[in-house]
Amino acid sequence: MSFAWAKQYEPQTAFTKWLDEKLPLPRLVYNAVGAGYPVPRNLNYMWNFGVLAGFCLMLQIVTGVVLAMHYAANAEVAFGTVEHIMRNVNWGWALRYAHANGASFFFIVVYLHIFRGLFYSSYKAPREMIWLLGVVIFLLMMATAFMGYVLPWGQMSFWGAQVITGLFSAIPLVGEPLQVWLLGGFAPDNAALNRFFSLHFLLPFVIAGVVILHIWALHIPGSSNPTGVEVKQESDTVPFHPYYTAKDGFGLGVFLIAFATMVFFLPNALGHPDNYIEANPLSTPAHIVPEWYFWPFYAILRAFTGDLTIPFTGIVLIPAKLLGVIAMFGSILLWFVLPWLDKSPVRSGHYRPLFNKFFWFGFIPCMIVLFICGGAPAEEPYVILSQIATAYYFMHFLVILPIVSQIEVPKPLPFSITEAVLGTDKAAEDPRTGTVTAGGTGTLPDGSLQPAE
Amino acid sequence: MASDTAAISETGAEEGVRRRDWIHIAALSTAGVGGASLLIPLISQMSPSADVLAASSTDVDVGAIQPGQSIKTTFRKQPLFVKRLTAEEIAKAKADDGADMRDPATLAQRTKEGHEDILVTMGVCTHLGCVPLGAAEGENKGEYGGYFCPCHGSHYDVAGRIRKGPAPLNLMVPEYSFTSDTVIRVG
Repeated sequence: MSFAWAKQYEPQTAFTKWLDEKLPLPRLVYNAVGAGYPVPRNLNYMWNFGVLAGFCLMLQIVTGVVLAMHYAANAEVAFGTVEHIMRNVNWGWALRYAHANGASFFFIVVYLHIFRGLFYSSYKAPREMIWLLGVVIFLLMMATAFMGYVLPWGQMSFWGAQVITGLFSAIPLVGEPLQVWLLGGFAPDNAALNRFFSLHFLLPFVIAGVVILHIWALHIPGSSNPTGVEVKQESDTVPFHPYYTAKDGFGLGVFLIAFATMVFFLPNALGHPDNYIEANPLSTPAHIVPEWYFWPFYAILRAFTGDLTIPFTGIVLIPAKLLGVIAMFGSILLWFVLPWLDKSPVRSGHYRPLFNKFFWFGFIPCMIVLFICGGAPAEEPYVILSQIATAYYFMHFLVILPIVSQIEVPKPLPFSITEAVLGTDKAAEDPRTGTVTAGGTGTLPDGSLQPAE
Repeated sequence: MASDTAAISETGAEEGVRRRDWIHIAALSTAGVGGASLLIPLISQMSPSADVLAASSTDVDVGAIQPGQSIKTTFRKQPLFVKRLTAEEIAKAKADDGADMRDPATLAQRTKEGHEDILVTMGVCTHLGCVPLGAAEGENKGEYGGYFCPCHGSHYDVAGRIRKGPAPLNLMVPEYSFTSDTVIRVG
């Protein structure tokens, strides 16, 4: 779907006409990212991160496939093959660092992309499906990254695998057999390492498939924008090419400068030095921590230190370990219901003063605290801090957001994107009688493109 | 106005050179150079890695080889024959230099100057790849006194040249040099 004023693809040469008849791929590209796809003209740089995430996926697949030519997933030799890549393979050190830091940058970009979605309520109707697919992508990314980190078979690889697969034993009744089935053994060993390599190779292609659905779902209603007011008329939009191809190209350049700086000058800054020690099942590192992008969820997992009991009876309803597991998965699964928790008809946080305050002074600090606690040892004061932050996190989504969305008084929205950008919109002054006036050539009082009210 | 947002014409040919063409060309060229240079590590990583290259040279001590004696060793995971020719063998090889053979070559072409008694060849028959006999003591040296391949009956002479049988080429002489009077470096 596109808007009525979108430019149509017109093949010029005999070859492109033939191709358009047999397999209209150029038309698809033209209508998706070319001059045939109108996009709101007022998108800010927070809208760059989707494209950057797609780029990161391609980067990881390319570097990953190439690394897989030299890596062997056998517990005896895995660590050695990674060192072989670092020392012997031509440019191996660069490819390894690009892949490891590429994972970090993928998460940086995706978190910024998600935060854009949370602030501008991109998850609201008619874009709920895009959001749901996005949460699926995020879960797949977490699984992929976790398994990828196990592959070098260092100390953190092994013990991270031990901790996370150990979570499954918390599930009542089926937990322990499930854990043994997952591992193919009783502790992470060759069986687990081999299957993690296989799945780590597979999942990125599954992610790519879901990304295609995600973009397809987006192209039905088209992008939202910082005002949250839907596109009404031609003057609200610009064609994706050349405006957003240029802006995204620039954003990619800035991203690559930051990425290259890390890969070539600070390649181990985001990693844990303990992973340069070969896995030793008999020696646990002092502080097991996952990679930084999992820290907030790790903090939620560890926040639950007490069992849920019936008071004064000593009967344990839910042990602390299981509480932590439920909370950790729940913290992400609850994003699936977000479109139905936030009842405000106004999308953008710029026009929601109360939501705005809770976002910047509640949610963001909460995430920062969870991040810090996740990377810290499980001692005071981090334990109590993570408990408070976890409590706020769930309260924010389950209590604060629904209440705020119902009681707040939003600021008045601009009539249209054109008004927001140009300060005035001729269409706003014309009487909305349903007839096309002689004033603006692009005005189409099309009721189907009203904001979600 | 609505017309402000009409797509910009990309060719511009009908307008001549425009100011914005400079930045278009500069940006796309830089991106192109960047993109192309990305290919270099991606393609180079498939070339032999440092450990494979290190294993790609073999040193052989030929000092202990007696005239008439051959040794078998390996080079790049394949058999290597190093033979010290007797004076008669050298004479016989030179006499045959002009003989009618499938892959004409002189003894001088197949040995190093000043060391024409040392013959270094791969131990791989050029027909279908079997290891010919004749390097070890007591093995069948074939009708020409060099090497004999039992698989399909290729006969090589004292200089490793194919004289009879289906093999198309002489036993391959790999790249080698004398690092000292008694040591050769192959590869």
